[in-house]
Amino acid sequence: MSLIASDISVSLGRKQVLHGVSVSAQAGEFTAIVGPNGSGKTTLMRSLTGELACRGRITLNGRDIARMPPEELARHRGVLPQAAELSFPFTVAEVVRIGIEGQAGRTEALIPQALAAVGLPGFSGRLYQELSGGEQQRVQLARVLAQVWQPVDKETGPRWLMLDEPVSSLDIAHQLTVMRLAADYARAGGGVIAVMHDLNLTALFAQRLVLMCAGRVLAQGRPEEVLSDDTLSCAYGCRLRVNATPESGIWVLPHLAA
Amino acid sequence: MVALSPDLCPPQRIKGDRSQRARRLGLALAALLAVMTVISLGWGASGTSLTQAILDLLAGRELAVQDRVVLMDIRLPRVLMGIFVGASLAVSGAVMQGLFRNPLADPGIVGISSGASLGAILAIVLASALPGWLTGLFGWYLVPVGAFAGGWATTITLYRIATRRGRTSVATMLLAGIALGAIIGAVSGLVILRADDRELRDVTFWSLGSLAGANWPKLLVAAPIMALAMIHAPWLARGLNALALGEAAAAHVGIRVQKVKNRAILTVAAATGAAVAVSGGIGFVGIVVPHLLRLASGPDHRWLLVNSALLGAVTLLIADMISRTVIAPAELPIGIVTAIMGGPFFLWILLRNRGVLDL
Repeated sequence: MSLIASDISVSLGRKQVLHGVSVSAQAGEFTAIVGPNGSGKTTLMRSLTGELACRGRITLNGRDIARMPPEELARHRGVLPQAAELSFPFTVAEVVRIGIEGQAGRTEALIPQALAAVGLPGFSGRLYQELSGGEQQRVQLARVLAQVWQPVDKETGPRWLMLDEPVSSLDIAHQLTVMRLAADYARAGGGVIAVMHDLNLTALFAQRLVLMCAGRVLAQGRPEEVLSDDTLSCAYGCRLRVNATPESGIWVLPHLAA
Repeated sequence: MVALSPDLCPPQRIKGDRSQRARRLGLALAALLAVMTVISLGWGASGTSLTQAILDLLAGRELAVQDRVVLMDIRLPRVLMGIFVGASLAVSGAVMQGLFRNPLADPGIVGISSGASLGAILAIVLASALPGWLTGLFGWYLVPVGAFAGGWATTITLYRIATRRGRTSVATMLLAGIALGAIIGAVSGLVILRADDRELRDVTFWSLGSLAGANWPKLLVAAPIMALAMIHAPWLARGLNALALGEAAAAHVGIRVQKVKNRAILTVAAATGAAVAVSGGIGFVGIVVPHLLRLASGPDHRWLLVNSALLGAVTLLIADMISRTVIAPAELPIGIVTAIMGGPFFLWILLRNRGVLDL
């Protein structure tokens, strides 16, 4: 079961942002979309979630997402947006509840479990608007997680977590919590696709990378295939060096030598 | 690491889940509404005390003719109208605020009420210029019909302006509503310039709002529209809750966003149009009532919409009792009462929560 985008193009206003992009992600794997600012990562993610209309075809578990109604899509995939807004003073429990409302077979007992999973046990009674940015981001993740709680649906197959920069405002310990959570979701048979900035964190957890540059896919495959000095330097426009050891895996550092 | 197991925990009360509190508040408000309805029926400028008459009526005893007329033909339609109008205004406010994701949105702000007012003013001022058969056909329905038509026309215009390729922009609608409200205000001013003294007094009295004109025929026309809008409103609750996360996130949790928007706008147009048509411009109920309820039991629309209807009805009954008696035997327009009650109260809430509440 997989998520496959074939030859998709997107224009926002007069500017073409994606030029015939084809990517694929497998359930059971953590797939990361990386690339410099403005390379089209978020636009690609918004197309994959069905939010943006695009030319081309996107299938989720073999079905064309353009033909799936919102409630059907919501059963198959949860989406964590890059910027999470919330109007009105909802409590944390009420925000997470929005994720399970309307989903068959979910009960409110899931709320504390989802909050514990993102490292926020005991936060359910707090007001969302009084939390820090990082805590808010994790509450939103708990909401998404509650929506697609079991990684595999017995009838329809794997569910998908689609995360747009899930660790952008988290400290390093909570970055690890969230990345482990996503990796566990994939290990349990679900699909995970995430837009990432931190190449080192990505290399630790992702089984598959999609490297975007100027609205096109520059490379995709296993991390050791995609992360090379030349490819990265070309994509980001600065000199980068990829290192690897058997103990710590791959890491990337800027090359500052004259 | 917490395992992603199916949830097998027994049901428990979750901290931060305010639905039980909201449910209790709803029951208390329903009881209060019942009590206020009875008090309201017995309250008024009529010399006789009607409390005994109400008790007699409830006990199934025959009433004196005068009591019967005052109670059944004057007070009862007025009290019922107060309940329907109060509930409609508060629910319209709550739905509009949910749709615009802004606690200050109100049919009054996006010009729907101004449109309804213009319709009513046109009906009052132009009535004398209309052919006799037309005024004869509508009778005193002319003003309510004018108001209703004005409210609907404004809502539809606004909606057309803000909708492109099947998507309605909430920001455009809010801005267009402010512009449209200004234009409508100017046109109303022009029409009023043409009015003679009697028409001017009618226009002023109507625009200040009143339940004084309530009678059975008006109630039978307006109440079903308001009732339909209110029965439909709770179906919007899940969509409005999700919309608090923004439109994209609402669609991601499975909401048909455009459908929710269409239905919310229809609900507001029907409820506000009918309410303004029969009672004129009654302000502040739509903003203050949902705001108080959000403070008391949270913004979850599953409870907010129902409780708004109940508290809106109670509020208007109290305001109407004040308006009927404070300068008796004359009557203070109810719009003045709600503004005097609501305005300072709203300011007090804002000042008290300055820096704490993120509006």
